[in-house]
Amino acid sequence: MQNCGKSTFKRTSIDRLMNVLVLCIFGFLAIMCTILAIGNYFWELNEGSQFIVFLPRQDGNKAAFSSFLTFWSYVIILNTVVPISLYVSVEIIRLGNSFYIDWDRKMYYARNDTPAEARTTTLNEELGQIKYVFSDKTGTLTQNIMTFNKCSINGKSYGEVYDYTGQRLEITEHTETVDFSFNQLADPRFVFHDHALVEAVKLENPEVHAFFRLLALCHTVMAEEKKEGEIFYQAQSPDEGALVTAARNFGFVFRSRTPDSVSIMEMGKQCSYELLAILDFNNVRKRMSVIVRSPEGKLSLYCKGADTIIYERLHQSCSKLMDVTTDHLNEFAGEGLRTLVLAYKDLDEEYFNQWQQRHHEASTDLDDRESKLDQLYEEIEKDLLLLGATAIEDKLQDGVPQTIEQLSKADIKIWVLTGDKQETAENIGYSCNLLQEEMNEVFIVSGNSPEDVRQELRNARTSMKPDAVEDSVFLPERTLGKSVKVLTDEVVNGEYGLVINGHSLAYALEHSMELEFLRTACMCKAVICCRVTPLQKAQVVQLVKKYKQAVTLAIGDGANDVSMIKAAHIGVGISGQEGMQAVLSSDYSFAQFRFLQRLLLVHGRWSYLRMCKFLRYFFYKNFTFTFVHFWYAFFCGFSAQTVYDEWFITLYNLMYTALPVLGMSLFDQDVNDVWSFQHPQLYVPGQLNLYFSKKAFFKCALHSVYSSLVLFFIPYLAMCNTVRDDGKDVADYQSFALLTQTCLLFAVSIQLSFEMTYWTAVNTFFVLGSLAMYFAVTFTMYSNGMFLMLPSAFPFIGAARNSLNQPNVWLTILLTSILCVLPVVTYRFLLIQLCPTINDKVMFKVRQAKATPPPPTRRTRIRRTSSRRSGYAFSHAQGYGDLVTSGRFLRRPAVSRSSGFTHIGRTTTGFSPMGRSAGYSPTGRLQNAKVPDVEVTSLQMYRTIKDPAL
Amino acid sequence: MGKAKVKSGPLARRPDNSAFKQQRLPAWSPMLTANTVLPFFYFMALICMLLGVWLLLTVQSTQEMKLDYTEAGSCNLCYIKRQNASNAAQSCTCSVMFSIQKAFKGDVFFYYGLKNFHQNLRRYMDSRDDGQMVGRKRNLKNPSSYCQPFDKDQTGVPIAPCGAVANSIFNDSFTLSYHQPGSYRVRIPLLRRGITWYTDENVKFRNPKTENLTLAEVFKDTARPLYWQKPVYELDPDDPTNNGFINEDLIIWMREAAFPNFKKLYGVLNRADEVFAKGLPAGNYTIDINYNFPVQYFRGRKEVVLTTLTWFGGQNHFLPVAYLVTSSLILLLAVVLTVIWWKFGKAGKNMQE
Repeated sequence: MQNCGKSTFKRTSIDRLMNVLVLCIFGFLAIMCTILAIGNYFWELNEGSQFIVFLPRQDGNKAAFSSFLTFWSYVIILNTVVPISLYVSVEIIRLGNSFYIDWDRKMYYARNDTPAEARTTTLNEELGQIKYVFSDKTGTLTQNIMTFNKCSINGKSYGEVYDYTGQRLEITEHTETVDFSFNQLADPRFVFHDHALVEAVKLENPEVHAFFRLLALCHTVMAEEKKEGEIFYQAQSPDEGALVTAARNFGFVFRSRTPDSVSIMEMGKQCSYELLAILDFNNVRKRMSVIVRSPEGKLSLYCKGADTIIYERLHQSCSKLMDVTTDHLNEFAGEGLRTLVLAYKDLDEEYFNQWQQRHHEASTDLDDRESKLDQLYEEIEKDLLLLGATAIEDKLQDGVPQTIEQLSKADIKIWVLTGDKQETAENIGYSCNLLQEEMNEVFIVSGNSPEDVRQELRNARTSMKPDAVEDSVFLPERTLGKSVKVLTDEVVNGEYGLVINGHSLAYALEHSMELEFLRTACMCKAVICCRVTPLQKAQVVQLVKKYKQAVTLAIGDGANDVSMIKAAHIGVGISGQEGMQAVLSSDYSFAQFRFLQRLLLVHGRWSYLRMCKFLRYFFYKNFTFTFVHFWYAFFCGFSAQTVYDEWFITLYNLMYTALPVLGMSLFDQDVNDVWSFQHPQLYVPGQLNLYFSKKAFFKCALHSVYSSLVLFFIPYLAMCNTVRDDGKDVADYQSFALLTQTCLLFAVSIQLSFEMTYWTAVNTFFVLGSLAMYFAVTFTMYSNGMFLMLPSAFPFIGAARNSLNQPNVWLTILLTSILCVLPVVTYRFLLIQLCPTINDKVMFKVRQAKATPPPPTRRTRIRRTSSRRSGYAFSHAQGYGDLVTSGRFLRRPAVSRSSGFTHIGRTTTGFSPMGRSAGYSPTGRLQNAKVPDVEVTSLQMYRTIKDPAL
Repeated sequence: MGKAKVKSGPLARRPDNSAFKQQRLPAWSPMLTANTVLPFFYFMALICMLLGVWLLLTVQSTQEMKLDYTEAGSCNLCYIKRQNASNAAQSCTCSVMFSIQKAFKGDVFFYYGLKNFHQNLRRYMDSRDDGQMVGRKRNLKNPSSYCQPFDKDQTGVPIAPCGAVANSIFNDSFTLSYHQPGSYRVRIPLLRRGITWYTDENVKFRNPKTENLTLAEVFKDTARPLYWQKPVYELDPDDPTNNGFINEDLIIWMREAAFPNFKKLYGVLNRADEVFAKGLPAGNYTIDINYNFPVQYFRGRKEVVLTTLTWFGGQNHFLPVAYLVTSSLILLLAVVLTVIWWKFGKAGKNMQE
């Protein structure tokens, strides 16, 4: 909780821009009013003073006072430039777009019945501008489910499926699975496809038996058997759980342990092994061993560990087997599997007794215990006999590599921030396509001192950009006295990756080095930070936020991601697995990482597009509306006379133009979701803020000036001194007001039609309906009945009937519409012809391809062809050996549960949708804090429910 | 967000698969392509051209004669006389002669025009009481405060009609006569009724209910506006039904002009007389003016306008010319766009990614 960081009120960059613009508009309003007030002063001086015979000044005011009053009158009349209703409409649009996210079936995860959820309604358009994605690994990219996938036993590889011709088959959901019904205690969720291994077990192949016996004995897993035959494992790492479960299904069922014994069911036969010693795992040893005495009294040492470590300790006789196993290991690693090598050794009773004696002494020694124990372990773990190797798949969530590929095509940079170890993180980086073999280089920063780290970062940068200039990394100083400089995006040739680990990151985040780090990291296509604390995650996010003018998104599932979720512009919580902490502090939540691409590339993009279109149009329509008053001032003695009927002024934003623009900003889409996915580049304009910026705003304002000139002067010139066809008046104020407002409404409606690219029935109805509504309301307001009810409120009686039946009125409306539209169409058409944007290109393509539906998006499984070898059980941690042998867990079960083993969080525990539920353990310790390097798994890791949504 | 559905089962929270919620509403997506834009431009150019020519011909067929009489002829004396406010009560008549070269065919409309008279000032426009003018008894005796300072006279008697607009009514009157060749002057008959909007005459302006009282009795406790010579119920000495608030000159004046230069209908040629059955013949004319309205205060001008009309209204050349200009502009743009499209856009090279 302390690491969670501060909750800040998040606002979008458009919000901030809008605030600036509104301030500017206020200034602009003041300028306009000042101009008009000065105009009024001179008018009063020259003309008004002559006119006082007909219109005496109130209380004999002077021209100066009159101009002062005029200033404030114009503030009232022109206040429509300050878009107050804008804020309301913006909120409605965001709300609508948030509902779309909630309603999206393609972001609904059927397996645990979780729809996507927009937990905030204020950040939608920012989803279309994301430049950096910070992702957690476990539970976000991966499912945190380890599956025993392949193994190599005594030089024979198991796990692949071949057809009759010996061709290797792709394993899919439909591949026949192995039937474990011979084993009463098998875990039904465990899936294995290679029948050969079961055959080997059934044939009592001694190596295979030894292999699984080792897996059943050499671990620190706890078993819980609530009912006969229903065993639940609680493992400190999911890898171990997977291995023990594999052994269980192949007939070597680990049933229970005491501090000095391990009971297993060996091919249906109950055996109890005496547990003599656990040579625990640590980061240096990268292996663990147990020494057990079998029921027959045979002493054995079973060891599992990283291949490089074990290989050094093998007996020479294994060299041939080693070669074969190495091939298998390379093959496994090439598929992104985590490998372990298993070895054993029979011990001599006498030697062991003596060793045990020394072990006891060493472990009770007060000083230098660690190294003495290490020495002892080293001594006994040698001349091992190789059994084979296991390959465990750290299952990625569905669609993760494709999502990452899509996002990087959209020019979104993905940084993975994980508490895992470097190897794990790197491995996942490769398997989810973040790091690629084709990358020019992947830099690894793991220095232990500030100087090392600085040097490593420098080296990385120089090798990426040998001729880099040291200066000009900052954007030119921004306005408004922003003290923080903004880093430019540096372009490098080629693709690079960066892996940095926790303690190097701590140095890199120091004030003196953060820029160094950021520059280097931003030049890379992918960045992986491993072994980072929750606080560091937030710091990294904040660093990018501080120096990069970019929108960041953090996605995570656990309590340790809360800080970065809160720090980033947008926080996304993965719901359903890790409890609710991340979700509760997030802005958006859904069940699967792959939904991120839909959130960004579809919903985010549309939201941004709609919001920008809305803002541009809204400013346009209000400015146009208002500027007409400004022009009229020059003809009415700056007397603050409005051009329009006051009812029109009231209803313009409320009724006549509200729905069409809302309709546009709720339904508009340039191209549909399928095309959005096919062309992730469509996302780039959002990152560059192209659709709505100060420049775009300025263009809107200019456009409005033009339109308002047309809308005032054309009716003015057309009407002045004109009469009706029967000689009666049509140049009077009321007819002119009606004419101008009708022209205005037509002009803005037509302008809207050009903005809109997606005419649904609703849009059409809104646009035409608003025009119809205008006429209906106008005729009602100007009717006899309304006038006779309130003569002073509806003085425009008859204006509509008497002027809208005139052909010259309609010809004026037509002319203003043509002249308002003409430059817009010309400009847009020229843009499309000369320098089409990516949107234009894709829309063009869509038009061309309309006849044929677009081909479905590629969903092939990306296999990496690397030869990277992984280390020993990645999420393993030290200390569990002591725990299982100490017996503490037996004496105080309730307490020990909370002290480590019941972090049931990171799994699909099935029964509890909250997973590691929020709240406190009985001991008062917060359970939600995910300790980054202690990863606990539990049971039921192998669910094979077929998801209909997939 | 969203209400919890009363559904159960494994897919209880699955969103509905409606086109609206999934944003799959069928839609039409237009795009500005050469196939639509260029023909549209040419078409619009043609339409505007035809409209412009048609309107121009229409407007050319009308005739208009403007005569600024502020200081013309013998009105010069009246102009000087009116400069002194103390002479306001004295009447002044003058006459101006003019000639028409070409006969005005058809209906001829007679307007008076004012220049630089700001009927569109906000305070001026507000200075009226529509409630009073529609015949509300309460407003008659109690004019709206908007009328200040023209709501009550010095003695506190309410003014009817109140306000600056009514107070400043244009009060010149005209008599038009035609010098019949070889004969005497013929007074040109003008129709002075039916020259207002129907709605104004019949709805917006009503006299207070008379209930067997004469109009004078209805207006008993009211004063006439300060600048008026006659009370409102005696505006038209010839036609008793044209008095009070429904007097058409008053109604026309009360329809405030949008711009400082305006003209208002004074009368329509009565073509019942056989001399004028076809309109106004060419020849010499005289206008006798009862010169009351002072314009020197606002440096204004006064004029009379004689015009014939078409379906398009009076002689305003702006729209025809504007249509012709717009048409040529569109044509020019269309040609430029066609060339650009031909050179750059046609091959679709720019559309390649």
